[in-house]
Amino acid sequence: MSQSSKDLILDPMVDNNPITLQVLGICSALAVTSSLQVSLVMAIAVTLVTGFSSMFISMIRNHIPGSIRIIVQMVIIASLVIMVDQILKAYAYEISKTLSVFVGLIITNCIVMGRAEAFAMKNPPVASFIDGVGNGLGYGLILMLVGFVRELFGAGSLFGVTILETVNNGGWYVPNGMLLLPPSAFFVIGLIIWAFRTWKKDQVEEREYKIQAVEEH
Amino acid sequence: MHEHNENKGLLRRFLDLPADSVPKTVFVAVTICLVASMVVSAVAVYLRPIQEVNKLKDKQTNILQVAGLYEEGSDVVEAFKVFEPHVLEIETGKFTDQFDAATFDDRAAADDPATSVALTDDPASIGRQSKFVTVYLLRNEDGSLDKVILPIHGYGLWSTLYGFIALEENGNDIYGLQFYSHGETPGLGAEVDNPRWKALWNGKKLHDEDGVLQITVAKAAPAAGQDFYVDALAGATLTSNGVDNLVRFWMGEAGYAPFLSYLKEGDL
Repeated sequence: MSQSSKDLILDPMVDNNPITLQVLGICSALAVTSSLQVSLVMAIAVTLVTGFSSMFISMIRNHIPGSIRIIVQMVIIASLVIMVDQILKAYAYEISKTLSVFVGLIITNCIVMGRAEAFAMKNPPVASFIDGVGNGLGYGLILMLVGFVRELFGAGSLFGVTILETVNNGGWYVPNGMLLLPPSAFFVIGLIIWAFRTWKKDQVEEREYKIQAVEEH
Repeated sequence: MHEHNENKGLLRRFLDLPADSVPKTVFVAVTICLVASMVVSAVAVYLRPIQEVNKLKDKQTNILQVAGLYEEGSDVVEAFKVFEPHVLEIETGKFTDQFDAATFDDRAAADDPATSVALTDDPASIGRQSKFVTVYLLRNEDGSLDKVILPIHGYGLWSTLYGFIALEENGNDIYGLQFYSHGETPGLGAEVDNPRWKALWNGKKLHDEDGVLQITVAKAAPAAGQDFYVDALAGATLTSNGVDNLVRFWMGEAGYAPFLSYLKEGDL
């Protein structure tokens, strides 16, 4: 094993974060982050799915034919996602109502497929599981950050507990309605990426082109 | 070599094949699909009863809430027993014994051509309307009618809003209105869930003294007066219009009007 377990967990948090560096899984990060509670459940669901799908795929990696490997990965991921969805409907009905289609969309979350293809196909099960959990947590970290900003300034609450009393409820805070709409997450994620790259300079990508000054004749 | 293979058994032989060979590809595809489908269906079947209970509880909680009887943490199933469910034939406004009210599924009935009609005049944008719905009666201790809870639904901005309206025994005074399922914009249209907005419905009237349906959700009070007016949600014009349309549709001729006229006569 080239990386230690600690690295596998911690690396995807900041240094190799699936959202801020690889810019994967943005769609669900836009959709579910309007409240912290939903973000948290989504983060847990994705972490479980990424961890276990990576582990199962890694267990049978030597038997997966190259020609149908993506389909095999999809079948395993989809089965796990359906299980998570069913479990939420049975034991966390209220939350499953708000998450509705987004749990199903974990199947198309690029992070899950990305880890299966990039890591689990080449590494043993335990390392793959830890890598999957690490990436799920990295995704969850950003989800919670975005959810924190959006719920606090969009609805004046955190985890549903009122922090800033809104005008609708007789308080003073005029909530920023735009933060409750998905596009606002673009701005928040953009700012987080900016912050991460200011802090960790090596994440800044090299320019693919340079604008040249017109030569004087 | 051949004999050696025979001894290894079928499974072993498949597993030893090179991963990219055709038989192995077929074998892996079939095995993965079989295993995955068995696991998924086992989970689904095992959890189904718990999910059904959740759904039912959620609906009962909403009916209790709209009737003002819900208490946080109380036993919903027990509290729900105060209601008397009936299947109502919308057209005649009378209860029917054709179906068992405890198990009748309004939404399934709306999809079934045998128990529903396609609407041509469809202000609530619901497409098909069920001929039968489950309504809930709440009685006082002396057996006289206290409230009726009627299911309503219609399209808002993004989604169909499903809810209940609670009326007083005279069939004209609104006690409450609540939606239990919708996908409107959080913070804007989803404010239909805001208790302060829901409280606006309390005490409003459906019809004026001449029996004309006057209830409106609008930005300014209509000529009919404050009794028939619920202030529209700020920043959610289309959701408010949707609620206005659906309430007027369900309380109108194509909706519960025949039933409401029986209520006014005090027949129940």
